[in-house]
Amino acid sequence: MSGPATSREILITAIARLLDGVRHVAVGAASPIPAAGAMLLRALKQEAKAERVRLSILGSVEHNFFTNGSAELFDCAGQGRIDAFFLGGGQIDGRGNVNLVGVGDYPATKVRWPGSFGSAYLYFAVPRVILFREEHTPRVFVEKVDFISAPGVSEPGVWREGGPAALVTSKGLFSFDRSRPGFRLESIHPAHDLREIKAATGFAFEHDERPPFTPAPNEETLALLRGRVLDELHETYPGFAAELRREIDGCASAA
Amino acid sequence: MGSDLRRMAEAVQPGMCIALPVDYAGVSMAMTRPLIEHGADRLHLVCVPTGGLQVDMLIGAGLVARVETSAVSLGEAGGAPRFNDAVKSARIEICDATCPAIHAGLLASQKGVPFVPIRGLIGTDVLANRGDWRVIDNPFEAAGDPIVLVPAIHPDVAIFHAPMADRDGNVWIGRRRELAAMAYASRTTLVTVERIVERSLLADETTAAGTLPGIYVSDVAVAERGAWPYGLWGEYETDTAELKRYAAAARSAEGFADYMSGDLREAAR
Repeated sequence: MSGPATSREILITAIARLLDGVRHVAVGAASPIPAAGAMLLRALKQEAKAERVRLSILGSVEHNFFTNGSAELFDCAGQGRIDAFFLGGGQIDGRGNVNLVGVGDYPATKVRWPGSFGSAYLYFAVPRVILFREEHTPRVFVEKVDFISAPGVSEPGVWREGGPAALVTSKGLFSFDRSRPGFRLESIHPAHDLREIKAATGFAFEHDERPPFTPAPNEETLALLRGRVLDELHETYPGFAAELRREIDGCASAA
Repeated sequence: MGSDLRRMAEAVQPGMCIALPVDYAGVSMAMTRPLIEHGADRLHLVCVPTGGLQVDMLIGAGLVARVETSAVSLGEAGGAPRFNDAVKSARIEICDATCPAIHAGLLASQKGVPFVPIRGLIGTDVLANRGDWRVIDNPFEAAGDPIVLVPAIHPDVAIFHAPMADRDGNVWIGRRRELAAMAYASRTTLVTVERIVERSLLADETTAAGTLPGIYVSDVAVAERGAWPYGLWGEYETDTAELKRYAAAARSAEGFADYMSGDLREAAR
């Protein structure tokens, strides 16, 4: 039948696994891989006749049930009704701090990114925040961010219901320990290795001597991903869904 | 149509605070050129809660002194070139916020109260750079529990685009409630619509719940495809190719000027 899982399908499957147990996951704008991971979780739970997973994908009409304008996502999070959310980051440091504003001295930064969006709030309010950034380089994963859009941890006494739970990149999967605080490399994606990840990461992290590989999806999961999930993804991210299909076909013919 | 838009643009005076909606909510792109031709400058823009093409164009045209926003970008078409350049060269003052803080500021205004408290933010550089926000201890707790207060945002003018209005100036905004929040908070609200309907939007319960009553609306003008190149919910899709064309052209001030002098005018016709 179809070819082996592509690297992006392994990422999507890893994200679905990290979301296991959530009732409601929200996905921000322009986040096709997190959206696919959340859709895969929903499909898997439905197949297993487990508790329904609700999805709010910003920018989608079909997968978004908010009717109270753009404030509703934040209100919903404040009420504790959103269990998981995704954040990217122009820079992410070893303490889980996220910078979405720019590089250099604020405010006239030498590189300017769009801005903090809802991160300065959602990082506190959503229990399980998954950091997702495909580019895994020392310019992204830095010792210390130039601007804290959202802090990884807070002082005792500061209201904080959530924060970073994991970090997923094109090279590996990390967990986050709020007590240290810091990241731990949990698994390495196929075709990458520990030395490469260390060289590409500007902060120190914990790891086993020989970390395991990130598991590929089984056949049932892969079939759901290539069928139902790709179809659902097409409504919000037609360009990305088409690209993913091309990668899958390319992978199949190469194999 | 053109004269109506020019008349509406005259409500904007130099130095005013202008509220503009997020790219998917209904941006009155049709008002952008009349605003630039009218030329009221030193504007303070409030993006509800983020900005895009319209904000970038007003900055590129030199009309903006300050932007309060949670982000400015062209979405799939990438960064907002004139905004980024103006921030890097300190030609505009940037007040970085976070989405729910902008909603909180408008909510305070809507309620007629001086501030609204908001969770999160403590320990961020967003808060550290906002001299106008305060942190207090929750007065309902015995000790501790710091919380941020965001002062009311009072825009002089809100400008947005919606599918339809009726003859009484009632505007149908559907589920885009941030448009109502902007209008409640602003002294003047200018709306462009795809069409004027002859029936009352308030007479039918199906449309009444999603209608912003004319009491909050100062002026309405028809502008067909008035959100273009943005899309309008339930009406038409975003023209991403055009956004990308702008993004490429506006990388330089000269490219921006060329883009603005030429094709936009043609396309608007």
